[in-house]
Amino acid sequence: MGGSGSRLSKELLAEYQDLTFLTKQEILLAHKRFCELLPQEHRSVEESLRAQVPFEQILSLPELKANPFKERICRVFSTSPTRDSLSFEDFLDLLSVFSDTATPDIKSHYAFRIFDFDDDGTLNREDLSRLVNCLTGEGEDTRLSVSEMKQLVDNVSSRAREREGRLGLWLKLSLPQILEESDIDRDGTINLSEFQHVISRSPDFASSFKIVL
Amino acid sequence: MKYLSEWDQWKRYSSKSWKRFLEKAHEMTTHLELWREDIRSIEGKFGTGIQSYFSFLRFLVLLNLVIFLIIFMLVLLPIFLTKYKITNSSFVLIPFKDMDIQCTAYPISSSGLIYFYSYIIDLLSGTGFLEGTSLFYGHYTIDGVKFQNFTYDLPLAYLLSTIAYLALSLLWIVKRSVEGFKINLIRSEEHFQSYCNKIFAGWDFCITNRSTADLKHSSLRYELRADLEEERIRQKIAERTSEETIRIYSLRLFLNCIVLAVLVACFYAIYIATIFSQEHMKKEIDKMVFGENLLILYLPSIVITLANFITPMIFAKIIHYEDYSPGFEIRLTILRCVFMRLATICVLVFTLGSKITSCDNGTCELCGYNQKLYPCWETQVGQEMYKLMIFDFIIILAVTLFVDFPRKQLQAVNLRLSLLYTCRPSPRQFRASNSNFFFLLVLLIGLCLAIIPLTISMSRIPSSKACGPFTNFNTTWEVIPRTVSTFPSSLQSLVHGITSEAFAVPFFMIICRDKRYLIQKLTEAQGDMRNQPA
Repeated sequence: MGGSGSRLSKELLAEYQDLTFLTKQEILLAHKRFCELLPQEHRSVEESLRAQVPFEQILSLPELKANPFKERICRVFSTSPTRDSLSFEDFLDLLSVFSDTATPDIKSHYAFRIFDFDDDGTLNREDLSRLVNCLTGEGEDTRLSVSEMKQLVDNVSSRAREREGRLGLWLKLSLPQILEESDIDRDGTINLSEFQHVISRSPDFASSFKIVL
Repeated sequence: MKYLSEWDQWKRYSSKSWKRFLEKAHEMTTHLELWREDIRSIEGKFGTGIQSYFSFLRFLVLLNLVIFLIIFMLVLLPIFLTKYKITNSSFVLIPFKDMDIQCTAYPISSSGLIYFYSYIIDLLSGTGFLEGTSLFYGHYTIDGVKFQNFTYDLPLAYLLSTIAYLALSLLWIVKRSVEGFKINLIRSEEHFQSYCNKIFAGWDFCITNRSTADLKHSSLRYELRADLEEERIRQKIAERTSEETIRIYSLRLFLNCIVLAVLVACFYAIYIATIFSQEHMKKEIDKMVFGENLLILYLPSIVITLANFITPMIFAKIIHYEDYSPGFEIRLTILRCVFMRLATICVLVFTLGSKITSCDNGTCELCGYNQKLYPCWETQVGQEMYKLMIFDFIIILAVTLFVDFPRKQLQAVNLRLSLLYTCRPSPRQFRASNSNFFFLLVLLIGLCLAIIPLTISMSRIPSSKACGPFTNFNTTWEVIPRTVSTFPSSLQSLVHGITSEAFAVPFFMIICRDKRYLIQKLTEAQGDMRNQPA
C-alpha cells in the first residue's frame, strides 16, 4: 500500500497494531491518507512519522469535513505543545478510538473529552449548550431559543446526575422543584463517571461514535 | 495494551471482516428498498413522525403487491393460460344440478340502443362491459381447469387464495407491530433516555456528505423541539388542580357524546342513501337523465365521502377543547376519523347484506337470497366497492390538482415532489415517534373489521347460483368440507379431530395463556428498564 518509498516497516506495523485497535490494513491506509496531507517533498516514512500536520489540513479530510465536532476532535487528540497540529501517531489514536473494535469505555472516555468544550474536566451548562448548538446546526436561525436551551440543559444535567433508579413518578412529581432549584446557583455539572453511566444506557452510542476511512 | 498472540489477532481480524461483510450485505439490501432516498430526505426535513407515515405507505404498497401476486398465481394464471391457449388446457363447466332453474337466470343489463353515455356509466359503475371482466366475481364461472395430468380445482383455489392473503396480511402486520412495540419499549416516555441519548449519541460520526449532515442537523433540531414541547405540556397537565380536572373530564364526556351523535347521524344518512340507491338503480337507463342516473348510482359514495370530509373538521375543532397533549390529540383525532371511515363502509356493507337476504314475499326460500334483484350478488357488492373506490380516486385527484397546486403555484407535476414543495413543517412541533406502531394498529383494526363481513358472507349467505365458481355449492365455505371428504379416511379423521371442540378449546386456552404470559413479561421488562439500578 502507498507509493514507493513510503511503506512502514514490519516492526512498526506490529507495534502500532498492539497499541491500537486497528488492523494492519487500516494502519497502512491511515498512513497513506496522512501522507497525502503532507507537502510532496516530505512524504518519506521518517518524515511522515515526525511531521505535525496543522488542523486546517486535517479538517479537510472528507471524513471530518461535515462533522460539527471536528475542531474538538483535533484538539483532544493533539499532543503537540501548541495543541494545533496532529502527528501521525495522534492520527492513529484518533482512528483507533473511533474504530469498530474500540471498547465502549474508551469511546465514552474520549467522547467526554470531546464534549468538554472548556477542558475543565466536567460538563457544565456552557459545555452542554455548545454541544446542543453543534448538533442543531451553525446558523443563527437553527439554534434553539434561550428558554428551550435552558429547559434542555436542565433536564440533561439533573437527570445525568440522578444516580438512583426510580425516575418516572418521583421525577414527574418533583419536576417543577428541580427546575427551580437548578436555576442559577445549582451549576449542574456532569463528571466523567456520570457521563459514562449515561452512555452505558444509551443504545445508539456505539454505532454512532464511529469513523471509518 | 497487552501483547496479543497471532491467533487472537487473526480472530479479531476475522470477526471484524465478518461484521464488515454483514454490514455490506445489509447495506445492499437497503439499496433495494423502494423510495429510500425520498423517505430519508423527508425524515431530514420533517422529522421521524412524518417519515414513519411514508414508510408505512411503502409497506402498504408492498403488501398490496404481494396480495396481487397471490391472487394472480392462484386464480388468474390458470384462467389466462387456458383462455389465451398458452397451455393445452380446457375449462371444466359442471351444469347446475338443482331443480330450480330460476336461480341461474342472469340477465345481463344491456339495452338495445347504444348511448355514448352508457359506456361512461358502465366505466364508472362497473356494469355492462366491465361486469364480465376479471375485475368482478361473475367472470369466474368456471368449475375447474383441466390440464394434461390433473384438474385444477378453481373454487378451492379461489377460497384458499382469499384465506391466504388475509392470513398473510394479518401475520405481516402483527410482525411489524411487535417490532414497533419493542422499539417503543426502549424509546418509551422515559425522558431521561430520550434527551441524553439524543444529545450524547445523536450525531452519527460516519456522516461525510454535507447535505446528509444538514438533514441530520434539522432532524435533531426537530426532535429536540418536539420533545421539549411535549414535556412542557406534560408539566402543565401535572399542575392541574382537582377542580380543573373535574371540569375537564366532564367536558370531555360531553364532547364524546357529541362525537357519538355525529357518528350515528352519519351512519343513518348512509343507510338511507344506500337503500334509496339500491331501490332506484334498477330503472331503465333511457328513462332517466344522465346526471340523475349517475347521482343515484353514486349516492352512497357521495354521502360517505361527504361524511368523511366533514367529520374530521368537526373532530379537529372538538379536540381543542378536550385539552390533551399534542401527540395524543393527533392520535385521538386520527383514531376517530379512521373509525368513521371503517364504520361507514361497514354500514354500507351490512345494508347491502340485509337487502340481499331479505325478500318481500318469501321468495328467499327458493335460492337463499333475493335472486330477483341480485342474481349475482357478489358482483353487485363488488360494484358498490368499485364505485366507492373510483369516486374516492376522482375526489383526491380533483382536490390535489385543482385546490392544492394552484394554491401554492407549483410547476412540478410529480406528486412526490409536490409534497416536499407544498408542505411546510407545522409550526407546532409534535412528536409522533410512536406513530409507526399506531398506524399498524389502525391497519390491524381495519383488517379485522374487513374479515367479519367476509366470514359472514362466505359461511352464511348462499353463493349465487347464476355466476361464480361456487354455483354447485351451497355456501362458499362448503368447498372445504367437500374437498376434505375426498381425502383418504385416515387424513379425514385427523382433520375432524383437529377441528373438533375437544381440541380447539384447550388449544385456544393455551394460546390465550401464552399471550397473557407474554404481555406480562413485556410489561415486566418495561418496568425493569425504568427502574434500572445505578
